Amino acid sequence: MTTLYWEEEIETLPRVGLESIQLTRLKHLVARVYATVAPYRAKMDAAGVKPADIQSLADLQRLPFTVKDDLRDNYPFGLFTVPMEQVVRVHASSGTTGKPTVVGYTKKDIKTWSGVMARALTCAGATSRDMVHNAYGYGLFTGGLGAHYGVERLGATVIPVSGGNTKRQITIMQDFGSTVLLATPSYALNLADAMAELGVDPKSLALRVGIFGAEPWSENMRDEVERKLNIKAVDIYGLSEVIGPGVAMQCLETDRGMHIFEDHFLPEIIDPDTGEVLPPGEQGELVFTTLTKEAFPLIRYRTKDISRLIHEKCACGRTMVRMEKITGRTDDMLIIRGVNVFPSQVEHVLMGVEGVEPHYQIVVNREGNMDTMAVKVEVSEALFSDEVKNLEKLTRKIQADIKDLLGVTCKVQLVEPRTIQRSEGKAQRVVDNRKI
Amino acid sequence: MRVEQIAVFLENKSGRLAEITATLADNGVNIRALSVADTADFGILRLIVDDVEKAKKVLKANGFTVGVTNVIAVEVADRSGGLAKVLKTIEKAGLNIEYMYAFVNRSGENAVLIFRFEEMDRAIAALQQDGFTILSGAQICAL
Repeated sequence: MTTLYWEEEIETLPRVGLESIQLTRLKHLVARVYATVAPYRAKMDAAGVKPADIQSLADLQRLPFTVKDDLRDNYPFGLFTVPMEQVVRVHASSGTTGKPTVVGYTKKDIKTWSGVMARALTCAGATSRDMVHNAYGYGLFTGGLGAHYGVERLGATVIPVSGGNTKRQITIMQDFGSTVLLATPSYALNLADAMAELGVDPKSLALRVGIFGAEPWSENMRDEVERKLNIKAVDIYGLSEVIGPGVAMQCLETDRGMHIFEDHFLPEIIDPDTGEVLPPGEQGELVFTTLTKEAFPLIRYRTKDISRLIHEKCACGRTMVRMEKITGRTDDMLIIRGVNVFPSQVEHVLMGVEGVEPHYQIVVNREGNMDTMAVKVEVSEALFSDEVKNLEKLTRKIQADIKDLLGVTCKVQLVEPRTIQRSEGKAQRVVDNRKI
Repeated sequence: MRVEQIAVFLENKSGRLAEITATLADNGVNIRALSVADTADFGILRLIVDDVEKAKKVLKANGFTVGVTNVIAVEVADRSGGLAKVLKTIEKAGLNIEYMYAFVNRSGENAVLIFRFEEMDRAIAALQQDGFTILSGAQICAL
């Protein structure tokens, strides 16, 4: 098989050349951010580092980290480096206290993004002849639109089908001849099950490859998707803060790891406790510096995702380092059907309901292929009623409030007081029964 | 003219009802009537007992969520049509029943109907007007 590249020269550049490009871009980035964004300047001043101190890639370690709280503290546009008239799009992810994390893009950023997405699609063997079925959600979430512009850039045909309405999706796959599927892995399995129910044989479809991301998934799940949909399943990585989908992508030649598009996103692996950069190949927290983004660049952004970097050469010829599939998180964030959920968000909703005490537990399961979230709430005397309708009204309200804030449908289960496990005097907030 | 009823929140798990009744028995509380409202996920146990204060105290001490509500107890002859007559009055008055349950007293001659209405005062007035016997808490305990 001949490997396809979107930008062969840069994707296969010898490391020394790549590192030279990275250093030039890093110097330029640090100087620009220092000059234009007060919160970054304040942090660098406090750390005693000036743009001129960045003389090698190793000097990156002298720069302070950026964390999610920095984004929240400067909500909505405080970390943008360009005037709003140059910002052509914003995206947002849900925030822990109702305030989302907002990211912005200039025209050039959109071009950079569609470029890395086109590279990612090419990694999966897609070309301008493909019919790309984009089942990522469209809207403030970066998944749908990020992938969409990448497909157009590639010159393939994009079907902006978004999420939901599974039956119609299958009809479209049959009638339009979708060849590439973009979705969360759990939705892909959902599609497979719906096909089985409808008696649609996946072998009768033109579908060839699936590009899956936005939630953690196991190798077992990969096998299941490949078997049930009769396709090759590959992994994509991205997060809205860094750009969206297209930060890293698995190629067809390896099952181990995703190539990070390092000319745009400079990765580091750190010890999440000490912040020290770890030796090559060790597992730790993934940190990104965006080398080319204009509107919303990030310096040493802590993703809280646990991974490791794979420096060995890949059979595909790309010289860009690979990152291993995400194996966990350093915080308590849960990903439910592709949506980020923090226990503190659920708590925020519960505290807004009169009479609810802060004793709750989130129970996550995978039923069939779908993640389910149940919230157990202890019934205090203030909440209790001798009438069923009042208690049912209460559970419906909590359910609706969680759906409103988080966009996730959950089941609310009332339980007796003092029945939620407490460990070391502290309640155990999350029980995740999914085997990922 | 109202009777105090104990309501207890019940999670749907085995043995909870037995624990409640054992707790009450250990403390010498006598249950006169009970009903369970159940949904797929939880239940509400409603009790008429001879000592409301004690029942409330011991159940709370054992970790149960307890509420006390007022209900109306109507005594009717334990004959066919006894309940129908009461319901006719209720319907005539346009009253909404939240829930109801019944028990037969020791002598076996009369039945006691326990009602919870949205509009308790109006219900009492309508029932009295049609000549029904409404029992007090003390009267129920004495039955």
